Amino acid sequence: MSMTGNGYDADAASEIISSFSARPEMLVQILHRIVEHFGYISDDAIRQLATELNLSRADVHGVVSYYHDFRTEPAGKHVVRICQAEACQAMGSRELTAHAESTLGVGLHQTTDDVTLEPVYCLGNCACSPAVMIDGHTFGRVDATRFDELVSNMGAKD
Amino acid sequence: MARTKVFVPRETTAVSVGADDVAIAIARKSKEIGGDIELIRNGSWGASWLEPLVEVDVDGQRIAYGNVTPADIDSLFDSNFLGGGEHDRRLGPIQEIEYLITQDRWTFFRVGLIEALSIESYTAHQGFKGLQKAFEIGSDAVLDAVHESGLRGRGGAGFPTGIKWRTVAATQAEQKYIACNADEGDSGTFSDRMLMEGDPMCLIEGMIIAGYAVGASKGYIYLRSEYPLTHMILLKAIDLARDAGWLGEDIQGSGFAFDIDVHLGAGSYVCGEETAMLESLEGKKGIVRYKPPLPAIEGLFGKPTVVNNVITLASVPNIVNLGGERYAGYGVDRSRGTLAFQLAGNIKRGGVVEKAFGITLRELIEDYGGGTASGRPIKAVQVGGPLGAYIPAEQLDTPLDYEAFIEIGAMLGHGGIVVFDDRTNLAQMARFAMEFCAIESCGKCTPCRIGSTRGVEVIDRMIEGENREENYDLLVELCDTMEDASLCAMGGMTPYPVRSILKYFAEDFASETRGANE
Repeated sequence: MSMTGNGYDADAASEIISSFSARPEMLVQILHRIVEHFGYISDDAIRQLATELNLSRADVHGVVSYYHDFRTEPAGKHVVRICQAEACQAMGSRELTAHAESTLGVGLHQTTDDVTLEPVYCLGNCACSPAVMIDGHTFGRVDATRFDELVSNMGAKD
Repeated sequence: MARTKVFVPRETTAVSVGADDVAIAIARKSKEIGGDIELIRNGSWGASWLEPLVEVDVDGQRIAYGNVTPADIDSLFDSNFLGGGEHDRRLGPIQEIEYLITQDRWTFFRVGLIEALSIESYTAHQGFKGLQKAFEIGSDAVLDAVHESGLRGRGGAGFPTGIKWRTVAATQAEQKYIACNADEGDSGTFSDRMLMEGDPMCLIEGMIIAGYAVGASKGYIYLRSEYPLTHMILLKAIDLARDAGWLGEDIQGSGFAFDIDVHLGAGSYVCGEETAMLESLEGKKGIVRYKPPLPAIEGLFGKPTVVNNVITLASVPNIVNLGGERYAGYGVDRSRGTLAFQLAGNIKRGGVVEKAFGITLRELIEDYGGGTASGRPIKAVQVGGPLGAYIPAEQLDTPLDYEAFIEIGAMLGHGGIVVFDDRTNLAQMARFAMEFCAIESCGKCTPCRIGSTRGVEVIDRMIEGENREENYDLLVELCDTMEDASLCAMGGMTPYPVRSILKYFAEDFASETRGANE
């Protein structure tokens, strides 16, 4: 196993890339799997993707930086995303966001060891706004009380 | 004795308000009392305000219970819930719920009714009838039926589907593609998701028919990554269809081959624009292409490609099965057929309402939606997503049809209707429109990339009361530039919501009226 000093596992990345037959047109799909596996996309990963997909590092970096989903830094233990789009705003997502920031002690786009707080523009849950996604699960009709419950449950499931 | 069927939706909104927990609680309780139930995960009927909505099959009639929580399960069982017994949560037979029975459910007629991940359940309700008919009548007759139906692209642009398909069919190429746009990014829209979660086979069938009609053997579904449950359901549905011989080589002995892959988007709104979506499907940055060439001529990997929205494709099986003229019998003027409207935001009874074109905004919002959730007066309604105009309460009698909306400077788009009450400060929403464009612009053209940031700055100055008239003129001029010179709808239509707010809610820019939503 070729682990580098920072814990990057090149063999695991290679396996992901070859599961897509190293086809460059699968780059976006491969990057999803890299994030799933490593939690984020490191410089090591970008270098390796470029080599194995026969792309330039600039090409890979361009795609990584273009899409909101592809984080290049580790996230907190939990990822909380609060919808900021119009339907949720109509139901108080701005107030909910302010509540979340003060409860969690982080601002939007910020990360602590425990939590990453992010905006998201529509979870498609607009009939039961405001909507929040916690660790990949969508929750609807989230007011401040329900938000606090959800957050305390996410701690319990550690 | 047959096992009692209990239906609990596996659909994002229902699950987001506890449907999985309810399903678990029902299964546990049933086991505890030694009951014998068959728990079926259907889609949502679209009455999201009643979710989690549980149904029990009592002698072939489905009795609905609304807003069920895990805490209700004990008392439900005590009230002979499995026999359709009385309870505070009981709504009565599902076929008697007015919200549902008064709809024109053409595309959504199976959604809620069937078990989403079951070929058997699908074929028991007309599933694959359209495809079988297509194989009988041949590809030209399919193209004729789609043309006659008057179906237009339901993603928002409203381009006639028949013309698009005929263009791809007439273009010679060794490989052609069907690319389904499931990047439902507009706020206030979720009908694609509900269809895919509640009746995924219908989309699959629509894509096969499209492939057969135009001569394409490969389809892609470009699904937004914000829909993880939808992703899981689609992948399973495709596997089921493949195992049953509805995808792959020689489909049901027809000699026609077709298969589908699902690709995930990665959080970019612009990838809902068809050419940006094609770039993303090719593994690249989702940057808009110049048109021409049209995707119908040079699309995915440079090959002729049908790019259609989920609802467009899912409307096709019934059009082929029942005939184009049946579909065209719904609607008004050039807006034929039905649209799955989505009631969202500050609305009492939110959800999907599929109706023929021509119903007014007021009928939808008041008769179906029951007004605002807050009980306060409606101030504005945004139709068509973040690029759609804000419509003042005085214009609620506008009929929902593509052309009538263009006449009032608005657009119908994908049919999302977001309601705002009187506490909303619309200057903040105008600012948000520009801010969203700045965040999501792909950066290829200057009016969108730079204009949106300048727009935020100008609006901030107006809100602060700095040279308000001068900045008003500047904002109008900026809107002109963005509208005339942007490459796609992102920059080109961001001015729609902004202009509508300048026109109808200019007083909200005065700082003293800054409102409750800040």
